[in-house]
Amino acid sequence: MQLSIPAQQTSGQPNRWILILRYMRRNKSLVVGLAMLAFLLIFSIGGSLLIDTSTRAYPLAAPAVQPPSPEYPLGTDRDGRDLLAVMARGILLTGSIGVMAGTIGLVVGVIVGFVAGYYGGWIDSVIRWLTEVLMTIPALILQIIIASTIVDKNKVTIFTMAGVASILSWMGTARIVRSQVLTLRERTFVNMAKLSGMGNLEIIFRELMPNMLPYLAASFVGAVMGGIGSSFGLEILGLGPAREPTIGMTIRWAQFHSAIFNRWWWWVLWPSLVLIIIFASLSLINRGLDEIANPRVRRSE
Amino acid sequence: MTSLNGTRSVALQINDLQVTYYTDAGRVKAVDGVSLTLQSGERLGLVGESGCGKSTLALALMQMIKPPGRIESGSAIIYTDDGAVDLLKLSEEEMRQTRLSKISYIPQGAMNSLNPVMRIGAQMLDAMQDHLPRASKRELIERAEHALESVELKRSVFQMYPHELSGGMKQRVCIAIGILLNPKVIIADEPTSALDVVVQRQVMETIRRVQEKINAAVILIGHDMGLMAQVTHRVAVMYAGKLVEVSNVREIFRHPLHPYAQALIRSLPRLKNKGVFHGIPGLAPSLLHLPSGCVFHPRCDRAMEICKIAAPPRSTTPDGRFVSCHLYDEQGNPTTPDQRGMQAHTSPR
Amino acid sequence: MRLSYVIRRFLFFLLVMWSAATVLFFVPRLSPINPIRERFAEIQRSTGYAPRDMEQLVKAFEAKFGLNKPLIEQYFDYISGLARGDLGYSLMRYPRTVNELIGQALPWTIGLVTVTTLLTFLIGTAIGALAGWPRSPGWVKGMVTPLMVLAAVPPYLLGLVLIYFIAFRAKLLPLSGAYTTTRFNAPELSLEFLLDVGRHAILPALSLIVASVGFWALGMRGMGVTVLGEDYVNFAEHKGLKQGRIFYWYYVRNAILPQVTGLALAFGSIVSAGILVEYLYGFPGIGSLLNAAIGANDFFVIYGIGMITIFAVGFSMMVVDILYPLLDPRIRYDRR
Ligand SMILES: Nc1ncnc2c1ncn2[C@@H]1O[C@H](COP(=O)(O)OP(=O)(O)O)[C@@H](O)[C@H]1O
Ligand SMILES: [Mg+2]
Repeated sequence: MQLSIPAQQTSGQPNRWILILRYMRRNKSLVVGLAMLAFLLIFSIGGSLLIDTSTRAYPLAAPAVQPPSPEYPLGTDRDGRDLLAVMARGILLTGSIGVMAGTIGLVVGVIVGFVAGYYGGWIDSVIRWLTEVLMTIPALILQIIIASTIVDKNKVTIFTMAGVASILSWMGTARIVRSQVLTLRERTFVNMAKLSGMGNLEIIFRELMPNMLPYLAASFVGAVMGGIGSSFGLEILGLGPAREPTIGMTIRWAQFHSAIFNRWWWWVLWPSLVLIIIFASLSLINRGLDEIANPRVRRSE
Repeated sequence: MTSLNGTRSVALQINDLQVTYYTDAGRVKAVDGVSLTLQSGERLGLVGESGCGKSTLALALMQMIKPPGRIESGSAIIYTDDGAVDLLKLSEEEMRQTRLSKISYIPQGAMNSLNPVMRIGAQMLDAMQDHLPRASKRELIERAEHALESVELKRSVFQMYPHELSGGMKQRVCIAIGILLNPKVIIADEPTSALDVVVQRQVMETIRRVQEKINAAVILIGHDMGLMAQVTHRVAVMYAGKLVEVSNVREIFRHPLHPYAQALIRSLPRLKNKGVFHGIPGLAPSLLHLPSGCVFHPRCDRAMEICKIAAPPRSTTPDGRFVSCHLYDEQGNPTTPDQRGMQAHTSPR
Repeated sequence: MRLSYVIRRFLFFLLVMWSAATVLFFVPRLSPINPIRERFAEIQRSTGYAPRDMEQLVKAFEAKFGLNKPLIEQYFDYISGLARGDLGYSLMRYPRTVNELIGQALPWTIGLVTVTTLLTFLIGTAIGALAGWPRSPGWVKGMVTPLMVLAAVPPYLLGLVLIYFIAFRAKLLPLSGAYTTTRFNAPELSLEFLLDVGRHAILPALSLIVASVGFWALGMRGMGVTVLGEDYVNFAEHKGLKQGRIFYWYYVRNAILPQVTGLALAFGSIVSAGILVEYLYGFPGIGSLLNAAIGANDFFVIYGIGMITIFAVGFSMMVVDILYPLLDPRIRYDRR
């Protein structure tokens, strides 16, 4: 019998840059989101380099309530802050609250999720019970209680903000990591790794981590958004860092001094715009990463 | 093995049907020039390896090919009391009305084919209501319960949810739905693939009985030649999108014409060589990269030079069997080595 | 079977309430801050009034609120108070009770939050279902991404935009409050009053709705795409059903199931968003009360509001859990 199987040639693959470009064209959310984020960072870092934000973003640096003018392109607020400097510094401050909260959430979430999924048993039950209870407590309520009772209102810094904002930000990550670990744990390669004598931690990091990177990236961005969102909520309610020109505090002061009714529109407009861009870009990036993690979602477009 | 008796009239006539999937990797001719005629009351087995295009053929008849697939050409004439119509030319609304009432499809994977949140009865009634808007509800309920009984289910199944039924019962419900409106043609796509052997037999038997009662033509899709032998009249063998042989069931088992059919029959476990399974050597071809000439030649144990060059003729033997192979001439007679050389010159495709 | 499921679910609810109450009790006590002293400090800041016998006053009030008892006893008092529905006294409006203050604010919040939640769920789910349906026009399919981006923006910000353009510039709708105080001295049961409340509620409701419709739309579309791939949708088409029937009974009816489970989980974030939006619009609900309490260091009102919202969220989750099996016959009552 001669039975040769016809060679299945794969058609020549175009080079990887073209593939990446082609992918980016399909994953528009990611590209647009990253572009918006880049714009904010350039504005904020560039602004911080060009003007002395460490004085001009604070009270009494400029005449009060000036509308936008060549000297103060974005205007000034009632306490004499230069809003251009406030925006440049505020993006960095608000951004770092978000990144800190996101990082804490990610690290805690990964650890909790791994422990729950990998070891299972009573640890898993306790963690599930805890999440079940915490799910009933609206995040903002818990954060308000913590922020108003544990932290001294007059000594709030961006670090305490990040801490309070991250209180519940680990839950999403933990849930994803736990379910991933549960499914991956059953796969043969982990068993193979066990046979070949690797320790538990080694198995986790060598075998499970690479599989989860896109999920982790997406849930990190989610946690950053959650962190910025809840710190914004606290700032609005007057539980934020009163001395720092974060974006949320700027809106808080504008509202506090009834900027809209006094027709100081610029005081409200810029920080609102910046915050909307921050949330929109993070949400687009999140969706883009989600598409990488679950390509199935894409087909519906 | 059964034979077909009763009045013979054509129920369905498929002519040169061609269906292509336009995938990222290239064009896939999943059904390539298939012609087939079915009589009323006839049970035809459609066999072939998985991926050879059996479901695509069935879906084309239902006009249910979804993008990236497209029906390229061909016709499928169904003969009913209302006259003859070409299924492939019907408008969307006409086709909707035709489904179930003239041609019904019992899906592959009946396990998940029932809506989990609706009672069985509701899923039978809605089908009838969209075809017979004027019928009274009482009448339809009676009809549905009758259909359940005819597939050996209790009337009480009408009130149940799919998750309360076993796999075999769900398959029977699908059959009951398929026969609700007495269609002229029934297509059952691997109706037994997920069931255990005993239930497989019973379900096949059920299909046979209900089909005989309403005298519909049946296309039974499957890859189990053994099951086919028990219930069908004729067997059509498909390979890589093409029909290679269509023969009476008795003849194809006794004396298969096409080398692929021969290999299929040989591969059946028999009493004689119990436990010894003659697989067919080689891999099923990827429909993306079809071999030249006769698509089967790389795996054929009787391949000749001409098979690599020219597509085989489509022959009908004097006793009405169809075969497509260079071993036979246009009249279906075995060819001499001489003729084979000739053909290479006359029909180089 | 059904009844025992409900009872078990109710016991679980009580257990969650007890755990949450315990968290709420101990979290503030981890802190060195003394609520009474803080309250006096606040009074001092805002009025300049500094009582000379401050320490004595603090002691007296601590005794009045039971804060001088051992922790365990306080915990027991607190839990048994909660069980009786007693949330204690307000510090800022003493001698009024927390129950009284919350009782005044709660109807406004319940009205606003339930109406917006249901509307958001219905609108978002409908958009998502249409966006995932292959026969929908392109512009419907393209709606989800912009809505999703809007959903990322805090409702408070959307509210700010709406206030500026619709209430302040265009003067189409009232700027704040729940009813026109110059026309009505107190809430009354008349058509004019209800219409007036409606006019006041449009903007707060709109801020909440626009900000979360995208979330439901995205979830529904994702699930819809999954359902469309199911064999039963395919078979429905083979049965020759009309498109409308497939759309509702086969597609929407199955894809909506995870949405309903999500509804229970979403209450928490809706309540949070509602608090900020109420404050923005000066809507006299829980959110405004909470803001006042934070400003005045009225810790007992803060805890009381915390407890009430937890109760509301937990209760809604229980209701959804109990009603869910009506939608999905596969769920057994005898399993949780
Ligand atoms: N939706 C589709 N998209 C692309 N190719 C398809 C699709 N459906 C089927 N095919 C291709 O068509 C061929 C025939 O498939 P099918 O009719 O399902 O085979 P069978 O039912 O005989 O197993 C397969 O090779 C498959 O690759
Ligand atoms: Mg198939």
